[in-house]
Amino acid sequence: MGIEIHGVSKKFGTFEALKKVDLTVGDRELVALLGPSGSGKTTLLRIIAGLDTPDTGSVLLNGEDATNRGAGERGVGFVFQHYALFRHMTVMENVAFGLRVQPRQIRKSKSDIRDRVMTLLKLVQLDWVANRYPAQLSGGQRQRIALARALAVEPKVLLLDEPFGALDARVRRELRIWLRRLHDEISVSCVFVTHDQEEALEVSDRVAIMDVGRIEQVGTPQNVYDNPANPFVFSFLGNVNLFHGRVKEGKARVGDFDVDAPEHRDASDSPAVGYSRPHEMEVSRERTGSDSLSATIVQIQAVGPNVKLRLKRTDNEDVLDAEVTREKFRELDLKVGESVFVKPRLVRVFISDPSETPLNYQI
Amino acid sequence: MTGRRRQHAETASGKLIRWLLITVALVFLALFLVTPLIAVFAQALDKGWAGYWEAIRDPETLAAIRLTLIAAAIAVPLNTLFGIAAAWSITKFDFRGKNLLITILDLPFAVSPVISGLIFVLIFGAQGWFGPWLADHDIQIIFAVPGIILATIFVTVPFVARELIPHMQAQGREEEEAALVLGATGLQTFFRVTLPNIKWSLLAGVILCTARAMGEFGAVSVVSGHIRGETNTIPLQVEILYQGFNYVAAFAVASLLTFLGLASLIVKKIVEWKTTET
Repeated sequence: MGIEIHGVSKKFGTFEALKKVDLTVGDRELVALLGPSGSGKTTLLRIIAGLDTPDTGSVLLNGEDATNRGAGERGVGFVFQHYALFRHMTVMENVAFGLRVQPRQIRKSKSDIRDRVMTLLKLVQLDWVANRYPAQLSGGQRQRIALARALAVEPKVLLLDEPFGALDARVRRELRIWLRRLHDEISVSCVFVTHDQEEALEVSDRVAIMDVGRIEQVGTPQNVYDNPANPFVFSFLGNVNLFHGRVKEGKARVGDFDVDAPEHRDASDSPAVGYSRPHEMEVSRERTGSDSLSATIVQIQAVGPNVKLRLKRTDNEDVLDAEVTREKFRELDLKVGESVFVKPRLVRVFISDPSETPLNYQI
Repeated sequence: MTGRRRQHAETASGKLIRWLLITVALVFLALFLVTPLIAVFAQALDKGWAGYWEAIRDPETLAAIRLTLIAAAIAVPLNTLFGIAAAWSITKFDFRGKNLLITILDLPFAVSPVISGLIFVLIFGAQGWFGPWLADHDIQIIFAVPGIILATIFVTVPFVARELIPHMQAQGREEEEAALVLGATGLQTFFRVTLPNIKWSLLAGVILCTARAMGEFGAVSVVSGHIRGETNTIPLQVEILYQGFNYVAAFAVASLLTFLGLASLIVKKIVEWKTTET
């Protein structure tokens, strides 16, 4: 059953943090809440945990309405961005905390608590720091202790707020692979908040992309990446090139290209924007058709499996990003300042809403 | 070469200025702090230890000490509880009127102690708001022990809260939130998470509060009525002895307060050292 969120809204003063949000997280599912800062993702997580109360709407945990239950009665584990370990307690005492504060009737015996803590510390591979204080641990170690502490009370739901946000890139990569493995070992529904699209796409079963208090799209990583619901999702999940134009009866003309846009069959001459990812751009020395764009190479970044090119259109000076394979790059023998022709292999057309501000996300 | 020489000259004059400033500071300290401190003890021991002991053992002085201890024993715990509650609500919750509360908290610092005393005379005095009602029920507050306790509470309100607020603000709410999610009750969260984190600044606040509660003169003087052996606290007793030209006794009693002041400074220093250590 997992988590069900129905019509949750939350205002802080005049700021609308969440606007009628619906989301369902399946049993044992790992869902990422992805969005820029201020999109409401942390607020939503805190509402699931019971640390904030929604103005409207309800939260169901494992089929039971938990909206009016306190944070301690929801059976959730929460991992804070800055760990929030109890600084005056040892690692052992930190992890044991949730077990020690249980009412006497259901509290485990001291030796059982000790065993459980040691099992958890082994699970997070840190049983050798049991008697240290949080200040004596590295960031990655603290985060794993925070996770062990949250798991001690056997939560049905595990919530993580930017769990790797404060760590350096390498530790972050290691920890997220580890988190995925851990999630597959223990049976909990899991929601984690992140602003890093790579992290969200790599770790989660499904991604919920949020912007200004709304969930824009929910789907598997591949689904949201390949079929973004709107320009925001498209631009948030990676670099994009924009081509402005119009769409009419399923045919779009954006930039200098004619594109089939069957999904806009009913459009009667509306302004539209075409979006292409850098790796969907075809780069060549020769003009490949009347609709190729002429551009100058401004910058070449040859690190990694692909070579990234930054181009400037000759006609309107707009900047385009393109990505080519190393072989192609060598074959074309490209250098900064040279002229090339580019043409998108794939363009997705969205009718542009004049009320929305133009998007320009460069992640 | 000239540049080098100039630099050398500058450091020489820098040295001079440094020594000058340090000397000025030390002379100033010696003149205005150390000398009076020595004077207090010199005067107190003018007639030797026997005279000192005699002055302290005087029944009126002992009564003053007792009253001071009673006032502090009531005011300090009350203000400790209030200070924790105020600091807790200010730092862990958002509510309307929060800034007003922070401002009002400083009122006893801002208002002259004499005015603080007068406030209670105006409320509970014979001509005050509750004066007739209190007279009818034969309750005396002004010129009696309750008035002294009230005035002491009033002037020492901000100490604990003021000491706790910056510390609790720096610590944030996350540890408490973590405890709550883990199933701890409010009381468990307070005693197991919050209190251990604030214990040193709490101790510092309590010490400052105690020192002020015992040393307060102005406000207490207004509500006391100076009834010998009954409504005199240590500072008031010092004044009475001094005005009765009983210098040795006055300074002997004053030395008790001086000890208290020095002790609280030392303990506060230890506390500060402890808080920076963790």
